[in-house]
Amino acid sequence: MIASRTWLPTPLLSVLLLIVWLLLVRSLHPGHIVLGSALAIAIPLVTRRFWDVQPNVKRPWLLLRFGLRVLGDIITANMEVSWLILNPWRRMRPAFIEYPLMLESRFTITLLANTISLTPGTVSANLRMDGKSILIHALDVEDEEALIAQIRERYERPIKEIYEC
Amino acid sequence: MTQYVILEGVIAFFLVAGGAFTFIGSLGMAHLRDFYMRLHGPTKATTLGIGSMLIASMLYFWVVDGKPDIQEMLITLFLFITAPVSAHLLAKTGLHLQLRHADKTLGMPVELRKEEVGEKPVPHPDKGHG
Repeated sequence: MIASRTWLPTPLLSVLLLIVWLLLVRSLHPGHIVLGSALAIAIPLVTRRFWDVQPNVKRPWLLLRFGLRVLGDIITANMEVSWLILNPWRRMRPAFIEYPLMLESRFTITLLANTISLTPGTVSANLRMDGKSILIHALDVEDEEALIAQIRERYERPIKEIYEC
Repeated sequence: MTQYVILEGVIAFFLVAGGAFTFIGSLGMAHLRDFYMRLHGPTKATTLGIGSMLIASMLYFWVVDGKPDIQEMLITLFLFITAPVSAHLLAKTGLHLQLRHADKTLGMPVELRKEEVGEKPVPHPDKGHG
């Protein structure tokens, strides 16, 4: 539950909603800006109860760099997975991997799980009830430890830096 | 004039790449061995495939209409938000139903071990919604 009861509980979300609205109607007409702003204020107020506490972004620049890195990884991930599917002599080594989490809050864990699903040959399959580890299914694993270390270094540590410490 | 030829080439490249990736994603869904592996095709290859097609669309309408139009970015945005969530839910459902996985799969998650299932769930320690 978000404690503050102001008119703008989540300013970032409101701005995003306004941008999305303006893109959807494809116009910068003042009327649409007013309507979009009204929606951007109303929707977060109505849906506020569904939101977890939003951790503050400590370092926006790192967030931007993280986003670009994930985008790059998505492209390489696609190349790899496509090659695995196409290559008739492939020897896939699928595996379930238990990934011990370093992150603690729900929001960041969600972010990490989404990132894992979008990047090289891994899908997050289940978050343990105690929130201590994620079950990952990987398409082709050579070394389990290496994969865990890679996720830890490339994704989890930046997320932790951005949001938690 | 030459710039139009180059732009046509770029747009064609993105269209073909998009189509190819989407096709490969679907192909993977058709012929990989088990449920969990099939999940990988649609979540990744298709995301990039549709992304490329949308880039092509954006470029084309930019050239034709003469003004940049980034409305298509919204589709990519929504896709990037929804694809991992649906993949996660599907994988979770698969585990819950204890679907068979290929024999060569390494690792055996607790969810697929018969004796462990049905254990009382432990609530998340996070305070959450209070």
